[in-house]
Amino acid sequence: MGLAKRIIPCLDVDNGRVVKGVQFVDIRDAGDPVEVARRYDEQGADEITFLDITASSDDRETMVHVVEEVAGQVFIPLTVGGGIRKVEDIRRMLNAGADKVAINTAAVFNPEFVREASEKFGAQCIVVAIDAKKVSDEGEPLRWEIFTHGGRKPTGIDAIEWAQKMVDYGAGEILLTSMDRDGTKIGFDLDLTRAISDAVTVPVIASGGVGNLDHLSEGVTKGHADAVLAASIFHFGEYSIAEAKQNMADHGIEVRV
Amino acid sequence: MSNVAVIDYGMGNLHSVAKALEHASPDTNVLVTADHEQILNADRVVLPGVGAIRDCVGEIQRLGLDHIVKNVVDSGKPLLGVCVGMQVLMTFSAENEGTQCLDIFSGQVDYFGDNLTDPASGDRLKIPHMGWNQVTQSREHPMWDNIDQDARFYFVHSYYVKPEDEAITAATSNYGFRFTTAIDQDNVFAVQFHPEKSQHDGLQLYKNFLNWNGKS
Repeated sequence: MGLAKRIIPCLDVDNGRVVKGVQFVDIRDAGDPVEVARRYDEQGADEITFLDITASSDDRETMVHVVEEVAGQVFIPLTVGGGIRKVEDIRRMLNAGADKVAINTAAVFNPEFVREASEKFGAQCIVVAIDAKKVSDEGEPLRWEIFTHGGRKPTGIDAIEWAQKMVDYGAGEILLTSMDRDGTKIGFDLDLTRAISDAVTVPVIASGGVGNLDHLSEGVTKGHADAVLAASIFHFGEYSIAEAKQNMADHGIEVRV
Repeated sequence: MSNVAVIDYGMGNLHSVAKALEHASPDTNVLVTADHEQILNADRVVLPGVGAIRDCVGEIQRLGLDHIVKNVVDSGKPLLGVCVGMQVLMTFSAENEGTQCLDIFSGQVDYFGDNLTDPASGDRLKIPHMGWNQVTQSREHPMWDNIDQDARFYFVHSYYVKPEDEAITAATSNYGFRFTTAIDQDNVFAVQFHPEKSQHDGLQLYKNFLNWNGKS
């Protein structure tokens, strides 16, 4: 026995409120990030990721308060993504109680930012989020590229090479989202997940496409992911974290129970 | 009201450590401080740490805290090292092209290696060692009260402690091989994992620390 594979629920937060309608039957305020985070903590989530989707940068301060509140009550690792563009953004989130920050678009436009962040705060708290989309045609060798702006803008950057470069620059973990699968509920892009996970030395979190519990387990067994992230299947009460862990254990995956 | 000093040398997030201590024992006064007086006057002391070890040791020395830590060790009051706060207690770390540490305990801090594999499955193991791993207690100790054998704690690190005297190992974990994840001697206890991120068992460990008289 050794290290457990992790299950990470992800919450989208807009101006301090959880969006995409988290639905727990017995929760008082489903929009309160603190309450939702506490619920996931009780269910046995191994970490929690907050994605700040607040449009206006003026309102980013709200997220700092959310993190402070959650960190005072939930004692598992917290990752914050969205709007992390400067060293100062990272410092504020870490000081508020986040354990890791996820850097996405800023890394694409300025890879040196990842190096600077990792040198300053340590690789252990720098997650690089990669949004990838398949660009190879049927019958061609599989190839994925990095996309920005929610999967709308291609960059021409090869996803595997990019992941390796980000690790060289000091990423301690990769959060990999398939933009082809995101929101589809048909499962992770397992080819992509495995290609990236096998190509890098750091842990990879698989994301995008989870529709049932078997999908989570496949992310580990077939995608070689070290952790799996999902939002909607947990939010709508379709499945609990405990059920997800049971499914993983049934597939021979080591989990924390 | 007893008080605990969390040594603040500017490296990383002490908020979680302080919050977890407060949560574990609301009656305890938690001071996050670099003030020598305050640390020496506290009933208990926590030495946390994240990030690169050279920066950690550098800041500890710059602030004169190396002497304070040694003073606390000699005083007999309970001291808890956490993560890099455990590693800095050793003689030397291989990190950052080699870093001299505080040498409270003889031994080295080594890199896991880039080609770490699981001997059972042959699978390559990722570095950092990140996530929830089992902690196997080597012996009974008040710090393990109400914590199950092989309970899981949250880890994130790429270097591990190799004490010269194996008798100071208080717990081990398995990641490619078995390594020391807690050490104790007299009034000093130190852990590689993060109790403040390890949910119930982590809070229990802090609670145990706040009840510990510094004797094993």
